[in-house]
Amino acid sequence: MNLWGAIACVALISFTFKAAGPALLGDRELPRSARGVIALLAPVLLAGLLIVDVAGPRWTGLDWALLAGLATVAVAYLRRVPMILSIAAGMVVTALVRLAFG
Amino acid sequence: MDANPSADIDDVSPRLRFLAGVKVGVGLASAAFVLAVTFGALARAEGWGVLAPIVCSLVVFSGSAQFALAAALAGGGGIPTAIMAAALINGRFIPMGVAVAGDLRGGRFRRALEGQTVVDGSWASAHLGDGRFDRWKLFGATAVQWPAWVAGTALGVLVAPPEKLVEALGLDLVFPAFFLLLLIDELRRSRMARVAAGLGASIAAGLVFVVPAGLALVGASVAALLGLRGGDSGGGEAS
Repeated sequence: MNLWGAIACVALISFTFKAAGPALLGDRELPRSARGVIALLAPVLLAGLLIVDVAGPRWTGLDWALLAGLATVAVAYLRRVPMILSIAAGMVVTALVRLAFG
Repeated sequence: MDANPSADIDDVSPRLRFLAGVKVGVGLASAAFVLAVTFGALARAEGWGVLAPIVCSLVVFSGSAQFALAAALAGGGGIPTAIMAAALINGRFIPMGVAVAGDLRGGRFRRALEGQTVVDGSWASAHLGDGRFDRWKLFGATAVQWPAWVAGTALGVLVAPPEKLVEALGLDLVFPAFFLLLLIDELRRSRMARVAAGLGASIAAGLVFVVPAGLALVGASVAALLGLRGGDSGGGEAS
């Protein structure tokens, strides 16, 4: 199999994963307990994505400049700074920390 | 937030809900665009040529899976290993698809197609609480991210900016920052959401030491089983 075959396989797998739940479950009303689990999937997966993205494989991607930037983003957003401006502030801090200590 | 979050949105027209999705999608698309530029540049540097990275973004449309595929191929693990890595990363789309299933419309085929609009940022921003989703907001948020993802890849392939420039400008912060902001919004919903997110983060943090990122994410999703305890798991205490 070559690169094009690999791309086709990954595309097919992604399609199947995304289609499985909607196609198989349809509009069946899930029990309350299942809905309780689903309601928690968003915070759980977002927290997991954040950790995995920041830590990298075996925690080899940890970058203090990035952490400083993310802390800035969180503080700004919690102080009701708009989303885009919060991220811009985080980018500036990340870039400055790298400039100073990189 | 109402005890039945989907009851509120029924009063809002699909057009407005779609536009609300587009509005949040623009921010997500900006992040996706930057990330796609780096993917295009990486793939070009790894010898993918010009067309393959762009087609990959068009048909796979998953940054984490595409980076996993490129990294595994570059690491010399072979094509089956690379496909497996990308599949593991995208394993999270199974529970995410299950979550939105009840809020999609039509027969099996149409629902399967509507399910393709599930990407991380759109899915999280369309969450209304209590496990319900606004499908029009989901569509709107994804509608702007997909072209941005493909266009960013094309730019990355053609211009191929060095990775050091992306890092020097702090552009690599954009994507995790969006995950963080969406997470903060989720944490504001309920105490149970905060407990589950803390547990999920701890599981992911431990697992990513020993297994690939995709498996760590699937493992982290076990924390959502706290929802079996019932009670206020996502609809109350809205900010």
